[in-house]
Amino acid sequence: MDIAQNILLTIMTAATPLLIAAIGELVVERSGVLNLGVEGMMVIGAVCGFAATILSGSPWIGMLAAIVAGAVASLLFGVLTLSLAANQVATGLSLTLLGLGLSGMIGESFVGSAGIKLASLDIPVLSDIPLIGRLIFGQDPIFYMSLILTGGVAWFLFRTRAGLTLRAIGDNHASAHALGINVLKIRYLAVMFGGACAGLAGAHLSLVYTPQWVENMTAGRGWIALALVVFASWRPWRVLGGAYLFGAVSIGQLHAQALGIGIPSQFLSALPYVATIVVLVIISRDRRLTLMNTPASLGQAFVPDR
Amino acid sequence: MRKIVFALAATLAVTAVTSALAEDKYKACFIYVGSKTDGGWTQAHEVGREYAQEKLGDKVETVALENVPEGPDAERAIERFARSGCGIIFTTSFGFMDPTLAVAAKFPDVKFEHATGYKTAPNVTTYNSRFYEGRYIIGQIAGKMSKTGVAGYIASFPIPEVVMGINGFLHGARSVNPDFKLKVVWVNSWFDAGKEADAAKALIDQGVDIITQHTDSTGPMQVAEERGIKAFGQAFDQIKAGPTAQLTAIEDTWGPYYEKQIAAAMDGTWKGGQSSWDGLKDGILSMAPYTNMPDDVKAMAEATEAAIIDGSLHPFTGPINKQDGSVWLKEGEVSDDGTLLGMNFYIEGVDDKLPQ
Repeated sequence: MDIAQNILLTIMTAATPLLIAAIGELVVERSGVLNLGVEGMMVIGAVCGFAATILSGSPWIGMLAAIVAGAVASLLFGVLTLSLAANQVATGLSLTLLGLGLSGMIGESFVGSAGIKLASLDIPVLSDIPLIGRLIFGQDPIFYMSLILTGGVAWFLFRTRAGLTLRAIGDNHASAHALGINVLKIRYLAVMFGGACAGLAGAHLSLVYTPQWVENMTAGRGWIALALVVFASWRPWRVLGGAYLFGAVSIGQLHAQALGIGIPSQFLSALPYVATIVVLVIISRDRRLTLMNTPASLGQAFVPDR
Repeated sequence: MRKIVFALAATLAVTAVTSALAEDKYKACFIYVGSKTDGGWTQAHEVGREYAQEKLGDKVETVALENVPEGPDAERAIERFARSGCGIIFTTSFGFMDPTLAVAAKFPDVKFEHATGYKTAPNVTTYNSRFYEGRYIIGQIAGKMSKTGVAGYIASFPIPEVVMGINGFLHGARSVNPDFKLKVVWVNSWFDAGKEADAAKALIDQGVDIITQHTDSTGPMQVAEERGIKAFGQAFDQIKAGPTAQLTAIEDTWGPYYEKQIAAAMDGTWKGGQSSWDGLKDGILSMAPYTNMPDDVKAMAEATEAAIIDGSLHPFTGPINKQDGSVWLKEGEVSDDGTLLGMNFYIEGVDDKLPQ
């Protein structure tokens, strides 16, 4: 049992940053904005979270700093693509480049510093439940936040008026504008929410996953989060499923290797990507439903015509 | 997508760096696969570059380009360096081998040094370090320290260098515990702290009580510290990441070699087509302090280190069987360098199938 529990814990740890970053990006894309800078915002979150933790001695302050840093980075993207209507793809890519470079510069003096791990927050009574207690109620705070975020976003998008407005903007910004909705204001808020989530995901990497700072420590996780959003056809619970599936197969293949079963390791390494894409494509095979969920004005700049 | 991003970044960086260079100094250029501050492989090269710069002083301008991905993008980065007036270019990762040779053919007047490869040309010399000597020592320590008799090895890519390290480690462990077993996990990356940490957790969950790695981050060391098991540092002293976990580390010391080769390139005595392969006795690698182990194990490790340095012990001395049980080296037979540099088989006791 201990081994199974350890494996499940490892899977949850591996899935959490992907889930948080993807949920943030999902809201951004639902509002019709494509921000390819997730990787950059995540790595900025990771370094700022780590630096603030070392300077203040408190990983909680570090976590807050990461959220703020991610949101500030996304604001830069927002000004360029929303106010100045720059190309979203190019701006997002530049944000990733900027993030990777800037984080290396900020983090230079923190390389090799001993990190402080964000302690797990055991929920009294519940964490003593046999088998599942420790898994679900004995985790780090960012894990709980990832679940709350997923549920919250699902509720917000599909059960509230504000969520409906956000989706309407993503589907047809011109009509939404004609109805008197402030398109740019809501898109700004969505972009900043996405940035804050990416920053939090970065904080998970540098404060929980491997409490240290090393350059490029996101190692492509931002891109995986972006792909998850698309393959989950912009639905929050599917993003959760996709992130956990990806985590499970990534960890599972490491165990398969350690067991010494004779499958080529190159194939096993590719398996998480292949399996996640295949499964998400299969569950999204209803074309009508997928089209309905795809934000129709995704990636298009909006210039209000008075 | 990432590759494009990196290629753009690399191009920009080279342009910026080269335009800022003074014209009259001799230029020695370095291409790194990772970040200068990775706490492992690349940082060791960076320390070597700084050493050479300090020793050679004002006569030389050294320039480094970090985070260059292996493959076709590397060729562009190396070519930019060659065009920008670099006299000698060090390419410091195995995957830069073919790009280095391709650029070297176009620039016969520029001198190239490729680390850990096996192909040379009239203006390309290779240099390497006998890491397996260090791996043999840490293997022996693992053989003594492990209670379960199983160690975990986090490996990057199935290239001869890595396979040689795995075999060297296991042979060392088996020299003190003939039943020692080794589990290998390939992460197919040189540098991904999270993934390396996941691999370490997977290995520990499956019962190994000592881990070692041939990847570049301190992720595994941190997991070892957290789970209360032992581990070995890679390329750089990682004691800060694992104060109670690190037994020792294999440290790379490239500085004196860089100083020697740059000086030779400047006074015209540099030779192409060479393969330099130095070991513990030359100081190109060294062992970090032996810590967190009983005195008898420490004494054994020190004795082995001394024997390798004075030449009385070659780590790959028979009898050694291949993984399938067939004989590789007979009693007392010593492996030749060619076999080691092209190593594509496991020795007996590896609990893994070598990816081909």
